Amino acid sequence: MPLPPLDSPRWQTSARAFAWGVRSVASTVLTLVLFATYLGIGALAHDTHFSLGWVLASTALVWAGPAQIILISTLGSGATVVQAAIAVTVSAIRLFPMVVSVLPMMRMPHTKRRHLVLATHFIAITLWVECFRLLPQVPRERRIAFTHGLGIGLCSVCLVATALGYGLAANLPQLFGAAILLLTPLAFLLSTARNCRQLADILALVLGLALFPLASQLHTGVDILISGVSAGTIAYGVHWWRERE
Amino acid sequence: MSDFIGDWHMLLVLLIAGVLPNEVWRMLGLWLGGGVDEGSELLVWVRAVATAILAGVIAQILVSPPGALASVPDWLRYGAVAAGFAAFMVTRRSIFAGVVCGELLMLAGKWWLG
Repeated sequence: MPLPPLDSPRWQTSARAFAWGVRSVASTVLTLVLFATYLGIGALAHDTHFSLGWVLASTALVWAGPAQIILISTLGSGATVVQAAIAVTVSAIRLFPMVVSVLPMMRMPHTKRRHLVLATHFIAITLWVECFRLLPQVPRERRIAFTHGLGIGLCSVCLVATALGYGLAANLPQLFGAAILLLTPLAFLLSTARNCRQLADILALVLGLALFPLASQLHTGVDILISGVSAGTIAYGVHWWRERE
Repeated sequence: MSDFIGDWHMLLVLLIAGVLPNEVWRMLGLWLGGGVDEGSELLVWVRAVATAILAGVIAQILVSPPGALASVPDWLRYGAVAAGFAAFMVTRRSIFAGVVCGELLMLAGKWWLG
């Protein structure tokens, strides 16, 4: 279902833009990927003896699949709170450049930071990818409301999936677990590839994949950060050099 | 109700080890990135770094797979992702086709291996 044209009266109020955001949840296959991933997270939480309320709170408040998997599996394997906090903090670094790159699309000259807090909370891989795809089709003054709708819609789907996965945990076959865990790299790779707009993005993706195995030999604990910043910087360097020509 | 929440102390753990470590990076992005111009060169670099870090997360899951995915042999994991990417390219960038193709190859491989 396509969004209305930019000058359509159907964008007139923030409430309508919010509703279009909620409806856009149905327009992306990433919703299905999230649904399956959160079924898996719910089941994992059940198997590691967390309460249903706890895992639902983690879906709403953490709102980052890989971080939740790391949190549940490290705490479940008997790690201390500090160890778990460090592991999650490192995995969450990627959110910083995502937020910095997506917020300028939503901002207007008079926008205050506090207007962007909720939209910022919703930013994770799926919303990052979908904002780049959908926001250009949304009038600028309605983009924050649209993002709120999209974020709340996706989060609701994931809360349902978490509860469902928690309830079904005992009945899920082992092969299902492997299939769900393969979804994350597949969907991340393809949605990032679709999002590539210019040479710098494509190079960053390819170099990032290639450099990680090298950086992981260093065993620093922040290997992803090392390979990411170097691959991203090389990709930007090539872009800069070609622009100058 | 007490069954639903369980141990209240665990909610504090969730806050310290789950919510804060993620929210800190998001709010730092909001705070420091607040003034960056949409067309600026800095954003090209930031987006390249975000993409490359994400590529690192993808590579990490494939190279050292968590949980049940570790039961899938290396060649099958890489093969499934390569097949998914190929399907994505030939279908003019359909994520759906790519994901389905990759998953089916992995399931077929597991079934074939027994």
